[in-house]
Amino acid sequence: MLRSSQPLTGPNRRRCREDETLLGTILDEGERGFIIDTRSAQAAKQARMTGGGTEPKSSYPQWKRLHRPLERGRPLQESFAKLVEACGDPSLSMDRWLGRLESSRWLSHVKAALSTACLAAQCMDREEAKVLVHGAEGTDTTLLVTALAQVILDPSCRTLVGFQGLLEREWIQAGHPFHLRCAHSAYSHARLKQEAPLFLLFLDCVWQLSRQFPFSLEFGEHLLLSLFDNAYASAYGTFLCNNEKERSLCKVKESTHSLWAWLTRPEEQQKLLNPLYSHNALVIWPSVEPQSIQLWQGLFLRWIRPSQHLDEAWAEIQRLVEEN
Amino acid sequence: VENVRLLDRLCSRKAVLGTLYLTATHVIFVENGSETRKETWVLHSQISSIEKQATSATGCPLLIRCKNFQVIQLVIPQERDCHDVYISLLRLARPVKYEELYCFSFNPKLDKEEREQGWKLVDLNEEYNRMGVPNNYWQICDVNRDYRVCDSYPTEVYVPKSATAHIIVGSSKFRSRRRFPALSYYSKNNNASICRSSQPLSGFSARCLEDEQMLQAIRKANPGSDFIYVVDTRPKLNAMANRAAGKGYENEDNYSNIKFQFIGIENIHVMRNSLQKMLEVCELKSPSMSDFLWGLENSGWLKHIKAIMDAGIFIAKAVAEEGVSVLVHCSDGWDRTAQVCSVASLLLDPYYRTMKGFMVLIEKDWVSFGHKFNHRYGNLDGDPKEISPVIDQFIECVWQLMEQFPCAFEFNERFLIHIQHHIYSCQFGNFLCNSQKERRELKIQERTYSLWAHLWKNRADYLNPLYRSDHSQNQGTLHPQIAPCNFLYKFWSGMYNRFEKGLHPRQSVTDYLMAVKEETQQLEEELEVLGERLANLQKSQLCDDKVESKQQDESKQLRLFTSNNSLANTPQEYSNDLKSFPSRSPSQGDEEDSALILTQDNLKSSDPDLSANSDQESGVEDLSCRSPSGGGCLPSEDSGKDSDEAVFLAG
Repeated sequence: MLRSSQPLTGPNRRRCREDETLLGTILDEGERGFIIDTRSAQAAKQARMTGGGTEPKSSYPQWKRLHRPLERGRPLQESFAKLVEACGDPSLSMDRWLGRLESSRWLSHVKAALSTACLAAQCMDREEAKVLVHGAEGTDTTLLVTALAQVILDPSCRTLVGFQGLLEREWIQAGHPFHLRCAHSAYSHARLKQEAPLFLLFLDCVWQLSRQFPFSLEFGEHLLLSLFDNAYASAYGTFLCNNEKERSLCKVKESTHSLWAWLTRPEEQQKLLNPLYSHNALVIWPSVEPQSIQLWQGLFLRWIRPSQHLDEAWAEIQRLVEEN
Repeated sequence: VENVRLLDRLCSRKAVLGTLYLTATHVIFVENGSETRKETWVLHSQISSIEKQATSATGCPLLIRCKNFQVIQLVIPQERDCHDVYISLLRLARPVKYEELYCFSFNPKLDKEEREQGWKLVDLNEEYNRMGVPNNYWQICDVNRDYRVCDSYPTEVYVPKSATAHIIVGSSKFRSRRRFPALSYYSKNNNASICRSSQPLSGFSARCLEDEQMLQAIRKANPGSDFIYVVDTRPKLNAMANRAAGKGYENEDNYSNIKFQFIGIENIHVMRNSLQKMLEVCELKSPSMSDFLWGLENSGWLKHIKAIMDAGIFIAKAVAEEGVSVLVHCSDGWDRTAQVCSVASLLLDPYYRTMKGFMVLIEKDWVSFGHKFNHRYGNLDGDPKEISPVIDQFIECVWQLMEQFPCAFEFNERFLIHIQHHIYSCQFGNFLCNSQKERRELKIQERTYSLWAHLWKNRADYLNPLYRSDHSQNQGTLHPQIAPCNFLYKFWSGMYNRFEKGLHPRQSVTDYLMAVKEETQQLEEELEVLGERLANLQKSQLCDDKVESKQQDESKQLRLFTSNNSLANTPQEYSNDLKSFPSRSPSQGDEEDSALILTQDNLKSSDPDLSANSDQESGVEDLSCRSPSGGGCLPSEDSGKDSDEAVFLAG
């Protein structure tokens, strides 16, 4: 699986030999590859007007392009804000709740993200084909898809250590602009610039996987919540800046502590590990039917609904497993 | 009928060819195929509707919808055969006499004594005693011993000590269907009680001294409070409209010391339509999130569930926190009243959250108090306007509570699903007819078997591993959050999408934890035995190593089945353009189904124990890999390229 940003085809349908050669060498003679473009076909076409575009069939004959539009940017941030608002609205009656949930569209975004990641995984696992994923900049929906696909495909990404590695690789080093994206969260009234909860969407999708495959992830909800917290406000330098270059300039590694160091402390591990975990060497294929995708109560209702009874349940599960 | 195709509900590519059989009690589809001869059994009682669809080139489609939410789509090659099947099923699914029902022919091979013992498992007399009655305030009343006062009530009810026979009879004449106020639940901590009745025949201005005295008596039976609540579970408008028909509700001016409260729960017709709409959403092909959520909201289903729950919470609070008795009624006092009283009892008393207690609760508030099982669930062919998912809603309330309080119930989701299944299956006699009187006339207990005994025998399957009677969640009353709490109500896909395997988490945490618990117990027992042996052996100087190595082998064996929980699954269709559904993994299907076939074959010699079939029909509980007796499942390889899998690359 590869990732990139959009080709700069532009309105004049420019070509680039080097790019074509690069993509050509990846595939064997007669082999077919798939390009998953996270923009709609129309949006991708329109991107040409501003210098971007898509890979034309004629120049990249072995690659088949699939468009799976995923929401990003302002609309995604608004979706997030609407959902949080609906959850916290005490005046909302039961006969309006689902409609409000729906009009935030958040769960639709979760469904779309999971479907696209599964598609990428399916290409690789079932079709044994190579996949190239890109959107526009290659820093948002692209990373969402590649990271999620790896959790689905690769059991080592489902271990605590493997998941940390995945985050380092596919989000931090790959240059997801955390500083810009996580400048403000859902309650902010500030004028939004580049905020968008892609990382949260990723965490939500991972949570959906953990619910559908309760034995297959080595970590639990607590880790996902910690990651969410730290992406927006952190005592650690892990999610600072927008890319490796900025981190280097700011001397992040020299002047801050790493979140991973804290998370790997034995006391923390206790809280983070999933007592039901047992190594699953197989690919995990989630159901993306609406009934299977649920609101992540642990995050969205975190301060609204007492978690005592559910915490007690988890404590009980832990006790049962430990006793054994 | 041969060469019938059974369609995978939404993926027509996955059709299976087989033969369709119609027996006196079941519809059976047997797959052709060398190794797997998977059978699908459906009881006629379960059939809710049959739809003959337009004939196409492939044949005549027949859609069977069941009351347990199973949907079966068949394609029959010949139109004439299809028509025959259709007509036959229509007749078979609409029995006219009770004797046609399966419970009268069902034979689990128990002797007469075992059958009797089964019926004695739940004893309401014991239950009332456990509650603390009869006592200084409450006494048993046999005024209805021949069902002459109220034919839908049981022969014995509990009434306040100061309610004489004269008062009771007088009050019954002033109540719809003569269902006078009687005790449902007594709280011995504070003498508060929950009583139930039907609506008073008050019209606009009628009064009845005895009825007023009856309510006084209820109040006096609780010296800790100087008033009682009267809760009418209907919407105010409906109750008011009833006045024009000479019925209505209690006027606070006429009844001294009552505080009257409406808690609007809609009527059976609204509920029937609500369920219908929700099932339509479930049948949508490849719905978007939007379709699903809007559809669910439009059905209003969760809103109704919440209304029932809120009413139960109100009553539980009144009893537990305020120490005030409550009289509950709706119109006839056998639908919403039953729902609300049983929810309140469940919240108040941890006993009802045990398996036995739950059976007792249903027996008390639903069976004995004359809930019209026959009319509501269509045992016999009757008026379609009487059909309504009343008990289904109660069962869902319990499930919603289980989700909020995972440690508080001794039983698990499967227990609820099986109870619902058997309310409609008519395989056992508990839920037949409309009243205790009718059941006694039909001699149900002598001619059929009790579901409770069957469930109790298999109780290991129904336990909740997280339940501990000493857990904090089980001391006293449950307090569900009242507001904001809309989000706490989830769509119960385990019930309404029960048979769609692709939808559910592949791995059952409940089963796993039960297995872990069992294993721990076994190991502890092992340890004890070996400890004793070791102590004995230490006296003589024999080789300990022999003993130890044996111990290790055994523990390894036991550990095997918990170590691998992964089951291969296959991807569903992830692209939007191809409208299809989760493909059933052939490898997984084989594993589960071959285990089921074994059970089937074993039983074929005698009458099949078709309660086992009900397990087979559901997709949720047949995780045969979990049983400790097996050595454990080997991980099935993620199935290789399945040529049936759709090409997802349409774009």
